[in-house]
Amino acid sequence: MDFATLANCLGSPACVVTQATSGLIIGMLLFLVAAGLTLIFGVLKVINFTHGAFYMLGAYFAYSIFRVTDSYTLAVIGAALGVGLFGLVFERLFMSRVYGSNVLMQLLVCYSFILILDDAVKLIWGPEFKSMGMPPTFMRPPLFIAGGVVPPFYLFLIGVTCFIGIVLWLVIGRTRFGKIIRAAAHNPGMVSALGLNTEMIYGLVFALGGLLAGLAGGLAAPVRSMVSGMGFSILIESFIVTVIGGMGSIIGAFVAAILLGLTRSFGSLGFPLFVDGAMFLIMALVLVIKPSGLFGKEA
Amino acid sequence: MSKTQYPRRRFLKTGAAAAAAVGLGFPMVGRAQAKTIKVGMPTILSGRVAMLGTSSRNAVMTEVEKFNAAGGLGGRTIEMVIRDSKGQPQEAARVARELVNTDGCEVIFDCEASSGAFAVHEVARDLGVLCLHNISETSALTADPKNRIPNAFRTARQGIHDSIAGGSYAAGVAKAKGIKRWMTCSPDYAYGRDTTAEFVEYLKHFMPEAEVVGEAWPKLFQPDYTEVVTKIVQTKPQALYSCLWGGDLTSFIDQGNLYGLFQASEIFAVNMADYTTLTVVKNLPRGIHSGNRYIKTFPKTGANAAWGDAYRAKYNEYPTNWSWESALGMQFLTEAMKKVNSADGKKIAEALRGMKVQTPFGADGTVTMRAEDQTVVGYAVGWGTTIPGEPYVPEVTAGDWNLILRLEAEWKKRKGFG
Repeated sequence: MDFATLANCLGSPACVVTQATSGLIIGMLLFLVAAGLTLIFGVLKVINFTHGAFYMLGAYFAYSIFRVTDSYTLAVIGAALGVGLFGLVFERLFMSRVYGSNVLMQLLVCYSFILILDDAVKLIWGPEFKSMGMPPTFMRPPLFIAGGVVPPFYLFLIGVTCFIGIVLWLVIGRTRFGKIIRAAAHNPGMVSALGLNTEMIYGLVFALGGLLAGLAGGLAAPVRSMVSGMGFSILIESFIVTVIGGMGSIIGAFVAAILLGLTRSFGSLGFPLFVDGAMFLIMALVLVIKPSGLFGKEA
Repeated sequence: MSKTQYPRRRFLKTGAAAAAAVGLGFPMVGRAQAKTIKVGMPTILSGRVAMLGTSSRNAVMTEVEKFNAAGGLGGRTIEMVIRDSKGQPQEAARVARELVNTDGCEVIFDCEASSGAFAVHEVARDLGVLCLHNISETSALTADPKNRIPNAFRTARQGIHDSIAGGSYAAGVAKAKGIKRWMTCSPDYAYGRDTTAEFVEYLKHFMPEAEVVGEAWPKLFQPDYTEVVTKIVQTKPQALYSCLWGGDLTSFIDQGNLYGLFQASEIFAVNMADYTTLTVVKNLPRGIHSGNRYIKTFPKTGANAAWGDAYRAKYNEYPTNWSWESALGMQFLTEAMKKVNSADGKKIAEALRGMKVQTPFGADGTVTMRAEDQTVVGYAVGWGTTIPGEPYVPEVTAGDWNLILRLEAEWKKRKGFG
């Protein structure tokens, strides 16, 4: 434990800016993945354990598109759409068959696809790790804000993920499509009785969840090396985020992801050997005090 | 001088009798001579470090093909039986046992990372079968007398050798540049902790005024290093030592680049100079100090460059540190077999002790299997700095083996390994 360092940091604007930016970037990318996970759970009541593999696919799609087009924008868009489409197909062909089954069966299907996708990645892209490299636009020196170091690429990522978060919030909260999704989550039988195609809604929600995971993978590709199996660790962290925020709550996922990002960032100074432990401790505390999560609805 | 005539009729009779004896009376003699020498290789062929297994397998198969094409051991060729342990020590032990008991392998050719190697070592102890450890660099595997068994040998580099060479090189650079404030950033598991501690020990041995002002221990396979990078930025060390490797090192460099980390501090990354990393990092900073892992420019010999080029031509990728270590293991095994003209484990083990082989990976063109602890010495060990493209590390400063061996002996005494 090194609380003196943490205290010194909190007394220095430069340190606070650097660490806060670091926490925000960790949190915002985590939010994108967790948002898809929580959205799927909120509507379908299924925990999509393949979500980490979706993130991995997004990173690999972006890597390949970037190599062909040299365009980071196309790479990110292609990754998001590609994984969204994959999510739709995956839901229609496989997950839709196990909605009524018990959790173990759903887990088995998801776990099978984690292994299948990991092996597919090895077959297509090879077993060795890959690195996309930084797009030339962002290869510039870091900015100094209040003495703190802030990379321009991270400012861009924070901006993009904030924008996506707001759009997602507006779509779910203010549009007809969002109302249908919320209605399907609340009472699918009634939605079906009103003549709406619930199967299509489920497919679209799964695609949207996949799109968000693919987007996160694509956005993070320039700074994270890619390797088969890379989705596992992000899945665990996303799962913690959804539990803390409340299963099914987008705003909960946002708050929890930022909370965990800041915990990692400032914790690395104050309690570097207990950063992971701190995340689980927060989750345990939330589960004890409010089992439905910070923004989850009581059952 | 009288010439002894060997009657044709007697010759035919003798020949027919011999043929009948081999065909009818002693069939096992004929078959035994034709039987292949089975060598079992437990390794990691799946998961995040599958590259360890595939690049080791490639190098081993190249050596085996050469041996077999040259006639093998009196006509007996080597047959490799390669199994995936998935990187799990208990699976490595199970596979090793099965290779001997079920597949009938006469040698265990261990290409496991350290945790698996220790598990395989216990199987070798139990079964008494000849075992070559080709990948594990953990010093204790052969340095600690408790681990020593007469049938196990190591053909991989050793952590303590790297640390002495690294400490000496780093202290030289630090003295020249007036660097005193150091920080370390290594993966949080046995290899990272041990290697870093040994490096720091020898850095301070050569430069007592060196001070470690901070440490960072990211998890193995951690996807995001941002908080580690910012911690380094806050600590403002003059130099940073890291034994991150593979994809973790790549992510760290990509993320560190964003913060201008490599311009602010002198970086010593022992595992940088391996093609698996050098060719993958798109924005490789200039001037990172690294130990040689496998690099075809060191040792700067035609034999080493030719070996690297041949590997690349055959497999369409560069060899790794694991490749040369495994190739060296097979060179030792085949040379020892030829020397004793036998595949008997005990005879091979006897031949291996103190054996010296000609190899592209030797500091002076040879590597010796030191008899006292059955581990290799004299392999190419050195440090150099990176440039962003081929040949990546153009100049490497060779480690001084006299110094390494002297300090290693002192280290063993301190550890009670003497």
